[in-house]
Amino acid sequence: MTCHDALNFLDDYLDGNLPWGQRLAFGLHLGLCRPCRDYLDGYRKTIEASRKALSEQAVVTCEQLPEEMVQAILAARSQTPHIE
Amino acid sequence: MESSISETETALVAALRAGEPAAYERLVREYGGRILAVCERLLFNKEDARDAVQETFLSAFRSLDSFDGRSQFATWLHRIAVNASLMKLRTKRRHPEQSIDELLPTFQSDGHRSNPGSRWTNSAAEISEQHETQQLIREKIESLPDSYRNVLILRDIEELDTETVAEMLELSPGAVKVRLHRARQALRTLLEPIFGGSSK
Repeated sequence: MTCHDALNFLDDYLDGNLPWGQRLAFGLHLGLCRPCRDYLDGYRKTIEASRKALSEQAVVTCEQLPEEMVQAILAARSQTPHIE
Repeated sequence: MESSISETETALVAALRAGEPAAYERLVREYGGRILAVCERLLFNKEDARDAVQETFLSAFRSLDSFDGRSQFATWLHRIAVNASLMKLRTKRRHPEQSIDELLPTFQSDGHRSNPGSRWTNSAAEISEQHETQQLIREKIESLPDSYRNVLILRDIEELDTETVAEMLELSPGAVKVRLHRARQALRTLLEPIFGGSSK
């Protein structure tokens, strides 16, 4: 397995979808290849950091819908006859 | 696996279907914040997100009869919000997307990487603790072309499965997997300077 092959298998590896033989070959390659281990580490951190960055934003947003938006949505509903 | 609708949700849906005004208000107040968060994550623009939230609720009010109770009500509403946001994005797309090829790893003829880069010294938790860094990460995500950013957000942040994302974006599941992989790789390159690796 080359580094090119290994990087193509990253998502299946992380999702646990690699067949047994490929998983073994992937593990062996990682054991021998420091750049691929580092790449995998950065790949995982990318997913984790993006999740955290957008989730933290959501915590701020999530608390409450601004009152004017609530009123605008309810007004739009009452002005739309087929929703009544 | 999604659990089915709760008793509280059942009562709310029944009240909505009966046209009780208080039920509509309760729905908007109870779910509005979460829906706004979804729309902001996909649209990166507060005004567009607010429009998408309004469209989400109006669409939900119109299509209440299509809610069959097999999924949680929040899940049903979440998908309407994603669709409303994607629709907003489609109407705003004005220019051809830039290629992300230069952000992807390159390889020599023997399969080794041409530029292996350096080891990331910081953990995601350490990096993400800083408000400024979180904003920087959001900007890097926003800088990805729509077709990659949408897949990344729907799969990694909204945690929708490949088949659902494929249906929403009118792509094959295989195309979703390829775009997700390329989006993660491109974002990894963009985040490398933040994580203590070499800049690129």
